[in-house]
Amino acid sequence: MITKTVISALALGLAVNAAAQAQQITGAGATFPAPVYTKWGEAAKAAIGIELNYQAIGSGGGQNQILQRTVDFGASDAPMSAEKLETGKLLQFPTVMGAVVIIVNLPGVEMNQLKISGEMLADIYAGNIKKWNDPKIVEMNRGVTLPNLPIAPVYRADGSGTSFVYTSYLSSVSPEWKEKVGAATSVKWPAGAGAKGNDGISATVRNTKGGIGYVENAFATQNKLTTIQIRNKSGVFVKPTMEAFSAAASAGDWAGAKNFAVNLIDRDGEKSWPIVSTTFIELPKDPKDAERSANVIKFFDWSYKNGAAMATGLEYIPLPAAIQDVVRSAWHTQIMGPDGKPVY
Amino acid sequence: MSQAIAASAKRPTAFGDALFAGLVKAAGIFVLLLLGGIIVVLFIGGLPAFRQFGFSFLTSADWDPVQEVYGAAVPIFGTLVTAVLALAMAVPLAFGIAFYLTELAPLWFRRPVGTAIELLAAVPSIIYGMWGFFVIVPIMAEYVQPFIIDNLGELPLIGDFFQGPPFGTGIFTAAMILSVMIIPFIAATMRDVFSTVPAVFKESAYGLGCTTWEVMRSVVIPYTRVSVVGGIMLGLGRALGETMAVTFVIGNTNRIATTIFGPGNTIASIVALEFPESQSGSLKLSSLLALGFILFVISFIVLAISRMLLKPGAKS
Repeated sequence: MITKTVISALALGLAVNAAAQAQQITGAGATFPAPVYTKWGEAAKAAIGIELNYQAIGSGGGQNQILQRTVDFGASDAPMSAEKLETGKLLQFPTVMGAVVIIVNLPGVEMNQLKISGEMLADIYAGNIKKWNDPKIVEMNRGVTLPNLPIAPVYRADGSGTSFVYTSYLSSVSPEWKEKVGAATSVKWPAGAGAKGNDGISATVRNTKGGIGYVENAFATQNKLTTIQIRNKSGVFVKPTMEAFSAAASAGDWAGAKNFAVNLIDRDGEKSWPIVSTTFIELPKDPKDAERSANVIKFFDWSYKNGAAMATGLEYIPLPAAIQDVVRSAWHTQIMGPDGKPVY
Repeated sequence: MSQAIAASAKRPTAFGDALFAGLVKAAGIFVLLLLGGIIVVLFIGGLPAFRQFGFSFLTSADWDPVQEVYGAAVPIFGTLVTAVLALAMAVPLAFGIAFYLTELAPLWFRRPVGTAIELLAAVPSIIYGMWGFFVIVPIMAEYVQPFIIDNLGELPLIGDFFQGPPFGTGIFTAAMILSVMIIPFIAATMRDVFSTVPAVFKESAYGLGCTTWEVMRSVVIPYTRVSVVGGIMLGLGRALGETMAVTFVIGNTNRIATTIFGPGNTIASIVALEFPESQSGSLKLSSLLALGFILFVISFIVLAISRMLLKPGAKS
């Protein structure tokens, strides 16, 4: 099976090479922002003649590819570590933000009716709370009839940026989770079953009475899945809405974040949805082909200016304008062509 | 003159022969090199993991990407258990198919059923995976598992074996899908070897007054036993390496399942799932390559045994 993977990796490499023509830019990485990048790509091709070839191979794959310089830019949901950015001579910048929401399959429980705290989510995924009629859940949900069903937690079986965001959240609200499990693109899940991709999670939750899972907001909205309310840091139960996501995004400490690796998880603010994250692009600081890198920057510059509505339409949160300007100055000062001049 | 013509006609032929012989030899050697190359690459890639964890890599049930502790016990367990369970379900059915086709079915009926079995073998595994996930898993989750959990889950001693949330996915469902996938291989092999039994043997037995079943049990099976086992091993080999269909339905959990419906993982499935998010040079990638190496070794042993048993002339 490994041979298959190697062969497909080779095929991918060939495809990337074949696509290397004028005005084409290639990127690879995170699956989470792939829909918006594709949309921007179509629009940018019509508007400024830059064609994006984006391969949604996963955040880890994207980081590998850009470190090996097989693509023009890499994309990842989890920020790259500062050392890796340093040794790989990469500039990292954010593009859009997204939210992770919780979905459930409970007969008789309606959309956004169920209320759960972050600590309890951690307990559920740790296997400490096993039944839906557990006194703790009942206590938080007076007036909701909770069935005597085993809780069936579903998680992403494939390594995923969504899992990174979700486990980061669980780690930040539960010291026990942080110590025993931690946060990563794939972790040692103490309970439940795995499924592949957002669609795998939603299908498994739909199949399993008593199921609970986490998916990207766009996926839940498009498929009208039953989401729940979560208690945020200010102690308020919030519904997963664009307003709540934006509130969390503006509560982030953008100025203090190194390499734009801002933490949007569990922010202050009564309206803030607690599980929000940024997705990133990694771009070489020493591009061999200055023109291609310039085109990449031109593409994202155009997308910042013109892509906000497209992003919102796809349930992503656009980057605040002030942050866009900081990114623009980073492009100008940090990405130098072989001649030592800024490429853009 | 005529000699010269013969010689000139002969020379290019000799050259052509040599060229062709060289080419086919190269093709043969290429396969060997390719196989050797894959093994070596997997082993070298897995070496950091083998060095780091030593022998405990095989026995540790820990798979913790955060702490960077990796063990192969869960996927090895899952691979073997699903494959063996699948065999337990597939062999009786395949035997029935082969028995019916060679001994009982009317002649006009043998061809369509035989073709159907071969077609079953040609269905891509992703189709089985989707069928399993969208058809079998909901049935298991909705009806089969709740029924069994409600009725057997409270029993003393064996009750725990049937407990847990009814995900529908898990070791049992994976084994079921696998068994459907390997039935064609086993049934086709059995049918072919059953039909190699010389008619004179069977007719002598019938002449002595044997029933069809007695002929099967006392003549056909002893005559073909080794080849039948070889066919079963072929099915086992396929079951061990199956990836996509299993990934869809096994529940992808890195814990040793304590219940028959519990989720688990197989080597092929964990490699397929974790590979995209593995950083190059990381211990995780190395562990995945080491897993690939282990799977290669297991499959190689199984296939080698099946080849040995299926060798023409190998009879008990």
